[in-house]
Amino acid sequence: MHVHFLDPYRPGSSPIHQLDARVKLILTLAYILTAALTPIGAWPVYILLLAWAVTIEILSELGVGFVLRRAALALPFVLAALPVIFTAPGAALIHLPIGPWILTITLPGVERFISIALKSWISVQMAIVLAATTSFPDLLTAMRAIKVPRLLVAIFGLMWRYLFVLVDEALRLMRARLSRSGESDRPDLKAGGALIWRAKVAGGMAGSLFLRAIERSDRIYMAMVARGYDGEVRAAPLPRLSRRDWLTLWLCLGLLLALLTSAALF
Amino acid sequence: MHHSIEIEQLYYSYPDGHQALRGVSLHVEPCEKVALVGPNGAGKSTLILHLNGILNGRGQVRVAGLPVVKENLGKIRARVGMVFQNPDDQLFSPTVYDDVAFGPIYQGLPQEEVRQRVEKALAVVNMSDYLQRVSHHLSVGEKKRIAIATVLSMDPEILILDEPTAGLDPRARRSLMKLLENLDITMLVSSHDMLMVRELFPRMVIMDDGCIVADGPTQELMADEALLNAHGLEKP
Repeated sequence: MHVHFLDPYRPGSSPIHQLDARVKLILTLAYILTAALTPIGAWPVYILLLAWAVTIEILSELGVGFVLRRAALALPFVLAALPVIFTAPGAALIHLPIGPWILTITLPGVERFISIALKSWISVQMAIVLAATTSFPDLLTAMRAIKVPRLLVAIFGLMWRYLFVLVDEALRLMRARLSRSGESDRPDLKAGGALIWRAKVAGGMAGSLFLRAIERSDRIYMAMVARGYDGEVRAAPLPRLSRRDWLTLWLCLGLLLALLTSAALF
Repeated sequence: MHHSIEIEQLYYSYPDGHQALRGVSLHVEPCEKVALVGPNGAGKSTLILHLNGILNGRGQVRVAGLPVVKENLGKIRARVGMVFQNPDDQLFSPTVYDDVAFGPIYQGLPQEEVRQRVEKALAVVNMSDYLQRVSHHLSVGEKKRIAIATVLSMDPEILILDEPTAGLDPRARRSLMKLLENLDITMLVSSHDMLMVRELFPRMVIMDDGCIVADGPTQELMADEALLNAHGLEKP
């Protein structure tokens, strides 16, 4: 029994899949930066950014629906921006009396909240397309190429590799517990156990999972040392970017810059 | 009188589409000891996981007289003691006592009875001195015995073991075999250890590619070298 559902990568052969991972990573980061820097209430620019995202989604052959469903995962985080509705100074829209306090919803507050929500929603869509069209090893290579510290990239790689092992282990533990969660034939007994006891068992499981992860990391480290690991992460040299990749990169960066300037001007 | 295990035409495919069981039928009588052998990936573990409803395939499964359906799962899990291949999966509590007591406490037995069950189960596997030990620090052989005790404490009607001798040294293996020999209870054991199968199990079931390809007296099947070779097994 293995877990695959965690892996966001969807294999394919669309133009977006074929684009070099380095170009995709840089453009995704630039896109998110552009969205973040676009001023509040620059609606035409938001629409252009969204059109950009939808274009990429269609080109990637993932399906717009797929990306939108995934993007819904980011919605709860938008709640963090909710207080701006009440705190931004400006013309009052509605007064909400709550007990002795009165909350005032302001027009600039609402505008700011909708802007933040929109910006994070389209940014998340782009990140989802990146993760769904780029395999994780390619993504790691791309991170190395844009000079993310090598040790950090190595840690991401190991984490990714063993995350699945750990999840499998947790599932096997839960399966073993389920196998022993039985009901007695005696009618006077109620199965399930006390809540505190169950919490203690769950705590024990989490603890043993943690201990085993530490032990496993020791074994992995020894296996790495046995094969010559000396603390320095080495990697094969990166292949050169093709002319088409360069062209895509500069063209898109230029477009993003143009969008940002126009947003700042209006 | 019911059979302990009755499986009729069981089919199962994993979510990724891999067909793991293709029409398996198997009957095991009460107190019969049956070995389940076959190459890796033959479907032995998948079959075993159907016996307490962890997996649900198409077909009929009755265990200890009860059909394996959602309403019966609690009762079935109390009657079927399932010991997984890796004892670490089974031992998730801080101390040996907590682990062996899990089943009885879950069933809601009074404290005194839980204690008696734990002591009895540990005595059966010769591990009475380990009551307050930390499971984490035991050897593989010791963990294996404790894992068996964790299901014996539930007084199961059927014992199911997945690869009980895997990874044991000769002495631990020998003492585990003695333990299994002395347990008078229905037993279905999946194993690659053909010597143990020959010694302990009068009946042997060979699985390959999701089907039962042979089912009969161990001595007869072991003598048929062509059959064993055809299914990736070796005559001991």
